[in-house]
Amino acid sequence: MDEIQSLLQGFAIVLTLKNVALMFTGIVLGVIIGVLPGLGGANGVAILLPLTFSMAQAPGGTTSAIILLSCIYWGALFGGAITSILFNIPGEPWSVATTFDGYPLAQKGRAGEALTAAFTSSFVGALVAVIVITFLSPIVAGFALEFGPPEFFSVYLLTFCAFIGMSKEPPFKTLATMMLGFALAAVGTDPVTGTLRLTFGSTHLLTGFDFLIAVIGLFGIGEILLTLEEGLAFKGAQAKMNMKVVIETWKELPKYWLTSIRSSVVGCFMGIVPGGATPASFMSYGVARRFSKDGDKFGTGMVEGVVAPETAAHAAGTAALLPMLTLGVPGSPTAAVLLGGLLIWGLQPGPLLFVEQKDFVWGLIASMYLGNIVGLIVVLTCVPLFAAILRVPFSVIAPIIIVICAIGAYTVHNSIFDVWMMLVFGVAGYVFKKLQYPLAPLVLAIVLGDRAESSFRQAMLISQGDMTVFFSNSLVGSLTGLALFLLFWPLLSLLLARLRARY
Amino acid sequence: MSESGGGKPAFRVRAAEAVVAAVFFALGAIVIFDSARLGFGWREDGPQPGYFPFYIGAIICVSALINFGLALAVAGEKNGVFVEAGQLKLVLAVLVPSAVYVGLIGWIGIYVASAAFVAFFMRWLGKYVWWKVAAVSIGNSVVFFLIFEVWFKIPLPKGPLEAVLRLN
Repeated sequence: MDEIQSLLQGFAIVLTLKNVALMFTGIVLGVIIGVLPGLGGANGVAILLPLTFSMAQAPGGTTSAIILLSCIYWGALFGGAITSILFNIPGEPWSVATTFDGYPLAQKGRAGEALTAAFTSSFVGALVAVIVITFLSPIVAGFALEFGPPEFFSVYLLTFCAFIGMSKEPPFKTLATMMLGFALAAVGTDPVTGTLRLTFGSTHLLTGFDFLIAVIGLFGIGEILLTLEEGLAFKGAQAKMNMKVVIETWKELPKYWLTSIRSSVVGCFMGIVPGGATPASFMSYGVARRFSKDGDKFGTGMVEGVVAPETAAHAAGTAALLPMLTLGVPGSPTAAVLLGGLLIWGLQPGPLLFVEQKDFVWGLIASMYLGNIVGLIVVLTCVPLFAAILRVPFSVIAPIIIVICAIGAYTVHNSIFDVWMMLVFGVAGYVFKKLQYPLAPLVLAIVLGDRAESSFRQAMLISQGDMTVFFSNSLVGSLTGLALFLLFWPLLSLLLARLRARY
Repeated sequence: MSESGGGKPAFRVRAAEAVVAAVFFALGAIVIFDSARLGFGWREDGPQPGYFPFYIGAIICVSALINFGLALAVAGEKNGVFVEAGQLKLVLAVLVPSAVYVGLIGWIGIYVASAAFVAFFMRWLGKYVWWKVAAVSIGNSVVFFLIFEVWFKIPLPKGPLEAVLRLN
């Protein structure tokens, strides 16, 4: 059991005073970010990323930096549940399904119960996903060491086709935003020949569009504008949390073990195959409603209806780090931002990470175990504090969040042009959200664009322009085949539905 | 997007969909145009720089056309309100000052601009009394100054006020 030994070594790295302090800081910041409208996991991490530049230069600093950033992510995952249950405002897209039963519970005065159930099942989901990461990622990484450019390109292809096949948004809108992301990634210097592309003589565009700016604009400013439409005041339920409620709820939770297992499986699967936490939470809510004996009561305030989406969302959010670490292909926008962080710190995500940066990888995995335990403790004890943040009027909090976003965008490259771009992306995010253009494929395409293009062109060079290279052996062939299957899945499912309707 | 608000619609879904699809088409066309300039074929040493973007641009244009077609097909019940006039006013009430704010950053520095921006919001939308406005807006900028300039040593844009106070 090499993994166990490596993991123990990871714990030894993580358990220093500095790293544990960073873990707490990350979780608390993350929950605050998750609670605030307009700040979420992806753009929260993006804004704080520049703060880690100097931290990462110290010896062992990259591990500390990733602990801070990943704990912000866990915190944001926890924080989303607070606003969904108490205020009926999903702080994060993956908490939308939690509002269905969480808010009715809060209205009935059972907010404490709902919150405990949400946090505990988040914890369970994350734990399952971390265990999966611990044992599966070394295998995947070992496997991926053999990959050449055609294999890598087919993995990228699979990632992007999965978005088209699995997202709830219209397929051509997904395709359009995804390709826009690739186009934005292509701006600047061509990675292979060094030629300038799509810059039209502008010096600002020489370095291309940074995905961090896009993330801050799309998710931050866009979200603020959307929240504004709902008006300026939040009305929320009061949460009474004490040990008695927590223990009472914990006694009740083992009843839902089957729902937990199902949701964890759905979550892990959706996280690894880039579907992401949001569809995972909806899917798992739907599955739980279908299989539960109280299925028809879902939506009126069932604890089981909180357990299912929260478990899946957290499992997916955590599992999204597996392909990020092992293949360099993030499964969610936040994982993409973390990947960007790794690149900036000078680490090359992908299979070699498991060989060359053992301390970093296992430190991160160990911190996932500890971070989620810390997170559970923090949120269970501090809910009223975090809920109080949302009682700050919007006319105060909104400009402060915009200021934070602007500072975050500026610090990426010390450029005011980037701040303007952030506003442009903000308006785009607002319109895209309202018209169901998905944002995640756009962000992922900006992050992966250059590398997908390089691997495609290298593969083409190897094969002298022969496309059959993507079917040249069983591995790359099955990856490409699966990708094409997912790409045409919307069409296939339409045909199947037609056939079924006829017979 | 609920109709229950009952506000006057500023834009309907069909118009918004069509405009967004048209913008996508234009962007795709720009990409194709520049790729054609760079060359999207093959040379003896492999694909030219425009090779990959050309196809990206082509896919954008094709999917934009399809989305445009689908947008025109939106009718009746589905052609609901994209944004109500009241909502649009609120959104613009944030967006326009934000743009002014970003314009000010390069001029008077991020700290003064941020204080002015927060103060403007609190006074205009929140109708707070002046001393609260001053406390929050200035306090906010001071906290950010401490975090970025003092603790993390990340310089942000500064203006004449910082020059006078010798904080540069």
